[in-house]
Amino acid sequence: MKPTQSGAATGAAEASDRQEAATLLRRVLLQGKYEALTMLRNGEQLILAVVLPLLALVGLTVTPFLDGMGASRIDVAVPGILALCAMSTAFTGQGIATGFDRRYGVLRFLSTTPLGRGGLIAGKALSVLAVLCLQVAVVSAVAFALGWQPPVAGWVPGLALLALGAAAFTALGLLVAGTVRPEATLAITNLLWILLGALGGIVIPAERLPAAAQGLVGFLPSGALGEALRDAFLAGAVNGGAALILLLWTLVAGAAAIRWFKWN
Amino acid sequence: MRSPQSPVLSISGLIKDVGPLTSLDGKMLRVVSGISLVAERGQVTALLGANGAGKTTTLECAQGLQKRTGGSISLLGHDPAAAGAGLRSRVGVMLQDGGLPPSARPIPLLRHIAGLYARPWPVDELIERLGIDTFGRTTVRRLSGGQKQRLALAAALIGRPEVLFLDEPSAGLDPQSRQLVFDLISELRDAGMGIILTTHLMDDAQRLADYVYIIDGGRNVAEGTVRELLQRDPSVEAGAEHVRTLVFEAPPGLDPAAVLPAHIDVTEARAGSYCITGTLTPAHLAALAAWWEAHNIMPASMSLQARSLEDVFLDISGKDIR
Repeated sequence: MKPTQSGAATGAAEASDRQEAATLLRRVLLQGKYEALTMLRNGEQLILAVVLPLLALVGLTVTPFLDGMGASRIDVAVPGILALCAMSTAFTGQGIATGFDRRYGVLRFLSTTPLGRGGLIAGKALSVLAVLCLQVAVVSAVAFALGWQPPVAGWVPGLALLALGAAAFTALGLLVAGTVRPEATLAITNLLWILLGALGGIVIPAERLPAAAQGLVGFLPSGALGEALRDAFLAGAVNGGAALILLLWTLVAGAAAIRWFKWN
Repeated sequence: MRSPQSPVLSISGLIKDVGPLTSLDGKMLRVVSGISLVAERGQVTALLGANGAGKTTTLECAQGLQKRTGGSISLLGHDPAAAGAGLRSRVGVMLQDGGLPPSARPIPLLRHIAGLYARPWPVDELIERLGIDTFGRTTVRRLSGGQKQRLALAAALIGRPEVLFLDEPSAGLDPQSRQLVFDLISELRDAGMGIILTTHLMDDAQRLADYVYIIDGGRNVAEGTVRELLQRDPSVEAGAEHVRTLVFEAPPGLDPAAVLPAHIDVTEARAGSYCITGTLTPAHLAALAAWWEAHNIMPASMSLQARSLEDVFLDISGKDIR
């Protein structure tokens, strides 16, 4: 094979007339697909993304934790589990993957390709959405089998707020991954997943938490997302306050990530 | 300085400080202080220097991976600090650490990267050319150093770039891979690609480079073709003959200096390894051979070398370990 035949190197005149990069949309879609498949092929990620949320769902339906909340156990549990899925994928899974990509120079290499830094971040956000869609499908299927009966009017606000929550957690995950060492990212995102999962108002509503925690959790992204999804999927209602808190977390964490993210 | 007809890369007075976040004592550290260079199409331009000389930082500023503190850079006529996808698609980069995800498999990874370009190099051709088919389904973390380097080279070439940056391309390569990679680099150069590489190996520069910049302490200290650099020899400037070094292995404790004139330097570097340096003439070699015959000495090995780029480099940048 001769590189000239492949057109490996070209004259300047010819090159300037050609569109050498794939379109932005195609680049972002390809990167999103590649990252999503990488996430789904990773056993630990699958446990975090699917197995643990399903275990929590079953656990909450066979124990009396959520009794006396005016709705069946499963109806109270499912919105929180969906919120937990967003935290798993967008914050912990995506944060750890990005942290190690940074360590191994993958972020630097990809930012020299036509993908660039912006395309890379967009691709990561897209992969989070893709995996989250799969999680919603699996969790919903199991939940329906366990007798989940959400109001039809709850789906649109519920899914929209879930996407907003995923955006907030993606920004937070990128902020952690871009500022500390990958081992620290691993520790921080896993620890916060457990702490926020148990005590952050995400699967267990704030009123069932210790009194000291109740006032605080509504301002956490976990508590805001949990409350917003419960309002949507229990009553078909839009919780504007929680949505505003999620939006603020997205903007603040996003701005901080843009400011402090280190690519190498 | 070479005549800049249509250089692919032109760097002038590059300055790079690294901030208090990354240096140990909390002060700004100047890692590049005024590097200038020009790289042409159809040539291999080498940045030669010891570890920490500022080669990689210079390359990363040219690739747009690091923001420069001062100076100007023109990459294919554009400022790499403001590079868009169009410019990035015309530039291939092989990073020193590879930059490939450890869990990825080579062939799917290359197909993915190829998809980011409108007209990529056909993946199968590149895979075959670089011998990647033999490890195409092994995860990156399980590849040898040489296999990783070949994969990183393929990843840098897949967009059919006009400019190719190679940071330490021969690191970790076994002799066969090295030959393969060097042949490909020469071929790409002949096809008109502008290739810029860094190396601390004199041999790489001597074999590959059309033009060499010697970098030391964040500055250019010398430049020229390999031939020009070799002719910087002080004895040439004095009008004398070239200095040669003859090394031979023989029984220890001999005194070859007895048959050579005093201005020829003779040392027994280690027991039985003799190093004779100076403006050697055929008469000196004949005297030495006659002396071997008279004493019935058959050297186990011997080699005669002209001045190497390594000697030039050590002359210029000093022999201190840094």
